[in-house]
Amino acid sequence: MAKLNTKYIGLLFISPWLIGFLSFQLYPLVASFAYSFTDYSVLRSAKFVMFDNYIRMFMIDKDFLHSLKVTFSYALMAVPGKLIFALIVALLLNIKIKGMSFYRTLFYLPSILGGSVALSALWRLMFMKDGIVNNMLKGVGIPTPDWLGDPHIALFTISSLEVWQFGSSMVLFLAALKQIPQELYEAAKVDGASWGSGFFKITIPLITPIIFFNLIMQTLHALQAFTSAFVITGGGPLKSTYLVGMKLYNEGFNNFKMGYASAISWVLFAIILLITLLIFKSSDAWVHYNDKEEGAR
Amino acid sequence: MKGRAVTGWVSHAVLVFGSLVMIYPLLWMLFATFKQNAEIFGSSNILPEKFPFDNPFAAYKAGWNGLTEIGFSDFYWNTIVMTVPTVLFTIISCSLVAYGFARFSFPSKKLWFAVMLSTLMLPNAVIVIPRYLLFNKLGWLNTYLPFIVPALFACFPFFIFMLVQFIRGIPRELDESAKMDGCTAGGILFKVLLPVMKPALFSAGLFQFMWTWNEFFDVLIYVNSVEKYPLALGLRISMDTASDVQWNVVMAMGLLSVLPLVLIFFFAQRYFVEGIATTGLKG
Repeated sequence: MAKLNTKYIGLLFISPWLIGFLSFQLYPLVASFAYSFTDYSVLRSAKFVMFDNYIRMFMIDKDFLHSLKVTFSYALMAVPGKLIFALIVALLLNIKIKGMSFYRTLFYLPSILGGSVALSALWRLMFMKDGIVNNMLKGVGIPTPDWLGDPHIALFTISSLEVWQFGSSMVLFLAALKQIPQELYEAAKVDGASWGSGFFKITIPLITPIIFFNLIMQTLHALQAFTSAFVITGGGPLKSTYLVGMKLYNEGFNNFKMGYASAISWVLFAIILLITLLIFKSSDAWVHYNDKEEGAR
Repeated sequence: MKGRAVTGWVSHAVLVFGSLVMIYPLLWMLFATFKQNAEIFGSSNILPEKFPFDNPFAAYKAGWNGLTEIGFSDFYWNTIVMTVPTVLFTIISCSLVAYGFARFSFPSKKLWFAVMLSTLMLPNAVIVIPRYLLFNKLGWLNTYLPFIVPALFACFPFFIFMLVQFIRGIPRELDESAKMDGCTAGGILFKVLLPVMKPALFSAGLFQFMWTWNEFFDVLIYVNSVEKYPLALGLRISMDTASDVQWNVVMAMGLLSVLPLVLIFFFAQRYFVEGIATTGLKG
């Protein structure tokens, strides 16, 4: 009894996750792969159609490739924007002055409300053609674009909501900055290094692991974006904000083409894997791990 | 010394300006609830021209009662009914699992741990269709079970990982001495570890609360009758169904819908920041 206890008791503790993983993650994963080769709606039973869904996605359905392009553009605007702001603000917050936790709170607040429909509603109202943003621009004589109605800039407007929520990346940068030993900067100062070279030769290399982590997390997040575009523009104007997530939603839950939607989800999955892998591969070249020099722990 | 004081002032000035830019949209949102559409669109002032002293919370009342017999109070209640069990079950199940991974060795543990970590990267999009079909078959559509049951079964690798890391930081000697005193494996978890884990549990709970409260995509597909709508869906129909949207009402309801998050954030700020700094997840 005692022996069985020690050998399997750990398994007993993780059994909720095992059940959950098998039924709500692994089974759906396998099933969606199988569905992706079928013509399947909730009302009719599945019919095996080989690669029809995939062929249609790339050869016939122009919306799919378009939605991929939109998603990439979105990620290319949102992710670097977010990380740059996060780093700049983290640098500012790393100075030792009073009231830092107060500032930190204010800068972090938008991230808490981030994914809420309330903020998407706010963005929609603020960036309407005669909304507050344009009223302010008019006040100082700057041209007032139609932020949500112009297909060339609507996606940019939506990505600005994402960039505004740089708080969690910022907190990570801040934690990393606090880890950097001050002696390094002092030594550099003695050697006559300028602020700029201190930043590029000490700060940036030492926080590359966090840059890397933020880059991966935020890219994954951006490629799956849905709520803001769905609530603010509904994919328009002229499908300029029609993200892959929205395409998936429309095919699966408006048209009930579950097979086709599954195929889309697998292509999205493959792309996410590929991009993550590329970032991982590239990391050898630019991510600097302290552990390597200290010897593996 | 003087130079340092000047730098201090400049830093404060930059930071005050930066924070104002950051929270300006939220402040504007607050004041917009006291304006009519004409003023919301016609003016660039943040303060209302004329503060409606006679009936300052008209927009809040109108929104709260709603346009139909189903009002925001219902959406609020629905959100609570959906969120509270999800958060509680997440904390319970994830700490059990984390304890199992952190303190025991068992057959193929390494494999399972690696599998658990790799699901951190699994996009929701790829499993959403079969999940929907599964929940449909089980008759769970239009209930909150699609949120509550996965929480019961620890389907959140973020929190498992976070708690595993936390338990690993607790000295094993604590467990050992409790074992000497005749404590069982379960007893060690409840009497020794969980009390020490409070900050981590609180942190995990806060994040789960925030994510479930704000949840949109999943409620959009699983919940389809208006009387079951949580706040996120209620807010969306309030601006997409009316032909002339009363924006002060929408903004008032928006603010009320995120108010619990703001309050929790201000009271438990430390835990949010610690939770993020130790795990660095999402957002």
